Amino acid sequence: MTERRSVAIHVPVLARVEGEGALDLRIEDGDIAELRLRIFEPPRFFEKFLEGRHYTEIPDMVARICGICPVAYQVTAAQALEDLFGVELDPWARAMRRVFYCGEWIQSHSLHIHLLAAPDFFGCGNAIELARIAPDEVRRGLRIQGLGNELMDLFGARSVHPVGVRIGGFHGAPSLARIRDMRDKLRAALPEAEALIRWAAAIPVPQDDQVFVSVATRHPTDYAIERGDIGASDGLRIGADAFDAHFIERHEPHSTALFSTYHQQPYLVGPLARLNLNHEYLPGAIRALLADIGFVLPSRNLFHSLLARAVEIWLALYEALRLLDGYRVPDSPWVPATPRAGVAIGCTEAPRGLLWHRYEMDDAGCVVNARIVPPTSQNQARIEEDLRLSLLNFGLDHPDDALRLHCEKVIRNYDPCISCATHFLRLNVER
Amino acid sequence: MSLQTAHPGKPRVAVHKFSSCDGCQLSFLNLGEALLTLAERIDLVHFAEAGPLDPDTGVDVAFVEGSVSTPEDLERIQHIRAHSGLLIAIGACATSGGIQGLRNQAKGAEWVAQIYSHPEAIASLERSTPISSHVKVDFELWGCPVSGPQMLAVVNARLLGVAPRDNVDKVCTECKRQGYPCVMVTHGIACMGQVTRAGCGALCPSLGRDCYGCYGPAENANTDALAMQFGHLGLTPEAIVRRFQSINSQAPVFLAAANKLRTGSHD
Repeated sequence: MTERRSVAIHVPVLARVEGEGALDLRIEDGDIAELRLRIFEPPRFFEKFLEGRHYTEIPDMVARICGICPVAYQVTAAQALEDLFGVELDPWARAMRRVFYCGEWIQSHSLHIHLLAAPDFFGCGNAIELARIAPDEVRRGLRIQGLGNELMDLFGARSVHPVGVRIGGFHGAPSLARIRDMRDKLRAALPEAEALIRWAAAIPVPQDDQVFVSVATRHPTDYAIERGDIGASDGLRIGADAFDAHFIERHEPHSTALFSTYHQQPYLVGPLARLNLNHEYLPGAIRALLADIGFVLPSRNLFHSLLARAVEIWLALYEALRLLDGYRVPDSPWVPATPRAGVAIGCTEAPRGLLWHRYEMDDAGCVVNARIVPPTSQNQARIEEDLRLSLLNFGLDHPDDALRLHCEKVIRNYDPCISCATHFLRLNVER
Repeated sequence: MSLQTAHPGKPRVAVHKFSSCDGCQLSFLNLGEALLTLAERIDLVHFAEAGPLDPDTGVDVAFVEGSVSTPEDLERIQHIRAHSGLLIAIGACATSGGIQGLRNQAKGAEWVAQIYSHPEAIASLERSTPISSHVKVDFELWGCPVSGPQMLAVVNARLLGVAPRDNVDKVCTECKRQGYPCVMVTHGIACMGQVTRAGCGALCPSLGRDCYGCYGPAENANTDALAMQFGHLGLTPEAIVRRFQSINSQAPVFLAAANKLRTGSHD
């Protein structure tokens, strides 16, 4: 062991994350004295100004929480309200909600892999530099990202704040000609996604196994995306309405996002948590591929997150193609809804993990109060725990730049969406 | 500042973020291969989400996303103005204060106290305001979100040394151009297209639904006539106020329309 030292590392603005955060690390006498992921993205008070809004306005408003995962917010809100109102989606709308959501996974995951995370592992400062040494791989990634956007366009007319979701289904249905064209593109993209998985698997990553609980939505027959119960790797299986009995949010002064804990412990949500819990629902072809590249699940190494995103891109392309097979334009893309007073609760898997909504509605169909728990605030405590463990494993005696880069890699494994995390601030008391 | 290129070589460009959802800067990151082409034609000095971090070097063009909503923002926008040739505000947050401007009608401090157990740790201004409330803005690109083609058009205009063009016409004109049947005339749907700025391509009516005003007010918007028409379609005064008080609630034309209805002076 070399000499004990004291250093302070401040990363005032974290680059290549969505939203505004910073990192403070203080090492004293060779030990971590302070470690904080500070989130200073200003609060936007969404849950407050949803109050009094009519249910028909909610999908368009909650989309604005996040430009990267608006579909997750729209579909979760719609699912919660449809459940309360007793609206049964027809099979077309139910399938197309999943296809629409797959588009967002493809777009968000490919953006994160190529533009935000991968440069770290090739000694590059950004994707433009990465494109100089790996031009084909970056272009492939941008094409896949573009295809995700196109899939969202089909149902939402645009991919950032799409306008197609309504309570009861969709406002419109794409023509058969557009779907045929999309099917051809999806079919052509599957081998590209397989190549992406092999490329991601070949990127050397640290061996950094940690003990943590994975939490994700689970479904009896599908790899859960747009519907399901909540499950945890310790065996918990609950309905979305029991969330509050097991998960608690609290406010820490150094963050504008709330911290969530599960039975007083940090926990993981997101692609790796989903694969850990739901890998047996992956199609056979992808399971064979994972066996071939030696990706063993469940995994305790968060550095497998980039690979996990690549696997979910393949899955989302496969699912979209499967569900668009035999597509028919429906008689109506939506069924009518009649509002009802009560509590609407829903949860889905946003690209970054479990997203939970709760709306208390009055009998006129207006919001009395709203609560939204986004994935990044759930991961916040886990990120700090991971940073601490991972730094000790990495070794505190590395030069400052190496320590900083390592911390940034750890943080980016979670693809934190700080814009999301901050926008869900709610009535909260210290417990 | 002249619109001519100040010096030869690649223009230096910065993308800054204030309070927002990141969706407008995403229109750069969603350009696909055009992003790589663009990166060769400009010098991207600062764009935190994409990687480059250098807010202190002077740039030819600064794109600013988001609204001013914290005490620190007040200083940062002055710093950006002082270091930028052209300052272009992109998106509803930067041009009107955004959806978070809805808090301007409420008491922000009370909300902070209700939400956070450590309210003293939260630095938040009472109001969410557009960039033009604080510094001179050379060009505004409205929309929630702005689209990739809109952004590229502005960047290309700059590269060619010409003034970017602005579309202040109404969404209705886009429906006519695209041949979409009017949702209000044919289905009695309360559509905001008559008072909303064009630029999106009439996406909502293309799906048979109402425009909800995410591009902000158009030039010469007749909000009185539209409010009256909404009343005839059966909307309550409260529902009509909500139509104007949504994504661009603090845009002066929409705010005035809502206030007029609130005080009951509309007939």
